[in-house]
Amino acid sequence: MNHSAEHSAEKIEGQEPLMSRRAFSQVLFTGVGMCYAAAIGYPVYQYLASPISRASEAVAVNQVSLPDANKLEKGSAMMFKFGAKPGILIHHADDTWVAMEAVCTHLACTVQYQAEQNRLFCACHGGVYDTRTGANVAGPPPKPLQAYKVTVEPTSVVVSKV
Amino acid sequence: MSKLMSSLYGWVDERLGLEELVKFAKKKTVPQHQHSFWYYWGGISLFFFIVQSLTGLLLLVYYRPGPDAYESVRQITYEIQFGWLIRSAHAWSANLMVAAVFIHMFSVYFMKAYRYPREFGWWTGMVLLVLCLLFGFSGYLLPMDELSYFATKVGLEIPAALPAVGPWIANLFRGGLEVSEQTVQRFFALHVVLLPMLFIPFLFIHLWLVQKHGNATIPSEMEKPEYLRRSIPFFPNFLMKDLALWLIALNVMSLLASIFPWEIGEPADALKPAPTGIHPEWYYMSAFQMLKVLGNVFPGALGEGLGITIFTLGLILWFFIPLYDGKHENGVKARNATYFGLLALFILIATTAWGYMVL
Repeated sequence: MNHSAEHSAEKIEGQEPLMSRRAFSQVLFTGVGMCYAAAIGYPVYQYLASPISRASEAVAVNQVSLPDANKLEKGSAMMFKFGAKPGILIHHADDTWVAMEAVCTHLACTVQYQAEQNRLFCACHGGVYDTRTGANVAGPPPKPLQAYKVTVEPTSVVVSKV
Repeated sequence: MSKLMSSLYGWVDERLGLEELVKFAKKKTVPQHQHSFWYYWGGISLFFFIVQSLTGLLLLVYYRPGPDAYESVRQITYEIQFGWLIRSAHAWSANLMVAAVFIHMFSVYFMKAYRYPREFGWWTGMVLLVLCLLFGFSGYLLPMDELSYFATKVGLEIPAALPAVGPWIANLFRGGLEVSEQTVQRFFALHVVLLPMLFIPFLFIHLWLVQKHGNATIPSEMEKPEYLRRSIPFFPNFLMKDLALWLIALNVMSLLASIFPWEIGEPADALKPAPTGIHPEWYYMSAFQMLKVLGNVFPGALGEGLGITIFTLGLILWFFIPLYDGKHENGVKARNATYFGLLALFILIATTAWGYMVL
């Protein structure tokens, strides 16, 4: 039935059809198929990506207040959470305060404070940083640790981005 | 381009034997007659199983069994983007799969497709049906809301009523004396590991047998001389029609899932009384209602015991029907098998309807 309809259409126009029936149905099916793929793919992508946007929001932090951190003893350090990442707050023996991101710039392990050697050490590949500036002094790290600004308040310590 | 493709195909074919697969797929033909419509329901069941696997995998990304179960399902439903849709699709597709499986089973039964040489097709199908119902039962608990809590509590009273070993079995399922987070944890293990592990091999045997023996034709067609029987090749003709129906199934499922999103009830609370009007999922309604009726007629343990016995006997008869009505002729046995099927279907529908009427 369709076949004869196509033939008569050809006759009326008196010329070759714009597109063969096969080509038309191929375009049609590909188009519809792509619509379905998008209609399924988009929700699935959004579903899987859902926590990423929340994590990005959590990172968008400019300062954190650490209650009672002002009681930290001299010559010791504490870890804190700055957005999604770990940070380290050091109270030096000379009563200066330093805070920096505790993520090693080499391969993202978390660094530790070693009071007796007065260094920040990354146990993964032996990276060493300066405890006052965060400068990379030994081992594989390519860059210094990112330093934060520290304000000591009467009941807390406020750490903020520089 | 096409030359490149065909030489690539040749390279792969030489090593994997794809041509043999195509030959195997092409060997089968599907009979064409006025009842051909019923041949599609196995394929539709398969489609919903695939949907279940994929949506289940997605839910697995955020679901947390144990004490956190309810909270994680609440997050999936209200906080994760499109989480409600994935969950709703999983729940709707589960129900549609059970429905498709039942239609498939009864159509196979009435078309007498269980007869020689397809007995194992019937038996593997029965195993798949039981696994499918266990999927439904175990999955229903996972959100750990009020309804799932009581449904599981009631459901486990059925094995608990078995003589001697009953309480022991029920406690093993519960992981304790009451339905608790222990139960969710082990139902989760059942639902996502043990049941798929059993289901998939049986499914492959089932599909392989269909391919090997081809679709059975109905008795009234068998009476016709060979040259009057019509059939189409499975590959690609029937497969294309199969896929067209899959597309319809996908559309129906997506519409249901998005227009009627599956809800989540109040969190399960062991101290709260059961909400009024609580009832099992529709595919357990028949069994539920029969037990209730028998319990009214024969009070106490006798009613429950009797119910379970009748049910088990019926299932055994149903399972072994190919051994009773196994030949291609319309004798007394064939007619009895048909009457038995009609009776089973009638009881199933009537008790289900009754169950909903007395809610």
